[in-house]
Amino acid sequence: MAHDFEGPMIRVVDLVTYYGERRILNRVNLDIQAGETMVILGGSGTGKSTLIRHIIRLELPTSGHIFIKTHDICHMPEERFDLLRHKIGMLFQSAALFNSMTIEENVSLPLCELTQLEDSTIRIMTRIKLDLVGLNGFENYMPAQLSGGMKKRAGLARALAMDPEILLFDEPSAGLDPVTAAGIDALILKLKRAFRMTIVVVTHEMASAFLIADRITVMDRGEVIAVGTPDEIKASTHPKVQQFLNRTPEEEAIDAQAYLRTLTQSGE
Amino acid sequence: MTGVLALIGRNTLAFLRYLSGLYDLTSEAVYWTFVAPFKGREIKWDNAFHQMVLAGVNSIPIVSLISLFIGVVLGLQGAYQLEKFGATYYVTALVGVSMTRELGPLITAIIIAGRSGSAFAAEIGTMKVSEEIDALEVMGLNIVRYLVVPKYLALLVMMPCLTLVSDLAGILGGGIFEIYQLDQTFAMFLSATRDALVMRDITTGLIKSLVFGLIITEVGCYEGFTVRGGAEGVGKSTTSAVVVSIFLIIFADVVFTAIFYYTS
Repeated sequence: MAHDFEGPMIRVVDLVTYYGERRILNRVNLDIQAGETMVILGGSGTGKSTLIRHIIRLELPTSGHIFIKTHDICHMPEERFDLLRHKIGMLFQSAALFNSMTIEENVSLPLCELTQLEDSTIRIMTRIKLDLVGLNGFENYMPAQLSGGMKKRAGLARALAMDPEILLFDEPSAGLDPVTAAGIDALILKLKRAFRMTIVVVTHEMASAFLIADRITVMDRGEVIAVGTPDEIKASTHPKVQQFLNRTPEEEAIDAQAYLRTLTQSGE
Repeated sequence: MTGVLALIGRNTLAFLRYLSGLYDLTSEAVYWTFVAPFKGREIKWDNAFHQMVLAGVNSIPIVSLISLFIGVVLGLQGAYQLEKFGATYYVTALVGVSMTRELGPLITAIIIAGRSGSAFAAEIGTMKVSEEIDALEVMGLNIVRYLVVPKYLALLVMMPCLTLVSDLAGILGGGIFEIYQLDQTFAMFLSATRDALVMRDITTGLIKSLVFGLIITEVGCYEGFTVRGGAEGVGKSTTSAVVVSIFLIIFADVVFTAIFYYTS
């Protein structure tokens, strides 16, 4: 795929985000190249989902910048970002299908709303996307009638509807059994080979991360602690990375005085 | 002492934030309903019709039944008082005027707040919890245009219609009592009602019903959008959608009734 710009597809610069007093992201810097599959790996509450929500501007940072191609998306008007949004697809953790619509209506919604295509064309495009994710024949099912894995596939078909250049996945294997999760991984690999899209996957599943990633970013407590190819990450000597890879439980710091204080303090 | 002051301050701030949230939502809904269609961004008419059926047409039975009962009760209570003066003839006028000016719009609004206001909050709240709102936003679809405007239009059209239904049912309920108990004929009841009512009685009721419809939609949708936490959050928002809208409806009722009283 030819690109009309120099540099990375997504560039995150000094991103800092607070939720109230709590710091969620701490000076995150990250470059994601066009056409690569970047996996953001980390435990729960490390800010990886928050980061991906910033990339699609569901949340705005306290400070810092995110560039998609050459556009600074944190500091542009909403209407202009809407145009860019059509080039980004996202699969949510819960698949986020519209429960009041059939699978076909779900997938065709962005095409009906955002393009001027004929109904018959939209119908064919919808079928192609559903076929791509292996949901041929489920057009008229309601989301509630599908299993968790099928919902994810349908959500993916919807994310692909506008032929995005960037595809974001938030915990694609969350809540799925290992076999179904492997099916989703295989699907991501298939898309990667077929379309050369820029793919960003947020996950805590190591097996899946090492299978699909071109490069991996490891996050801990709102900071990026390692970036590299799967082999580089495996060879990393960073203690936190090793801890994550070896699944060592977090050691709780024992401070008797502080513990007593938290017990005896009254509310507020 | 400072604790009390802090409590008052915090609650006042929270209330002001709530009002400014409602104001933002209302102004955006007004933009997408009345301005954007002239800029080529069409209204989702099929969604709006769907909402009109859900919130309006399906409410006709319950609104008419309750209003009928209220009409009978008004007749009974009115007769109890007016008997003392031998003025039971005026029961018809009492029922007619109080239904059209006050009770018709108010009863309709309270029923619709309970039926549709809660449904709006639950629907949008569930969508929020299951990331559907995020998904709409990610697609670049405007959530106000897509979710709020159809409901807003539905109630703007349906509230006056339902209020008229309620007025009619209430007057009829009063009539049933008058005909069977006070020995009037149907023709007497009709002419007494016609004599008692003026156009202004009905129009002021309808104007109120528009305001009530606006309150129900905005509060219901706003509560939906501000849901936090899972299913429990949806439950809380649904409850407060009903409580807050009924409070605001009564408050608006006081204001508008006073305005109509002093300008007549």
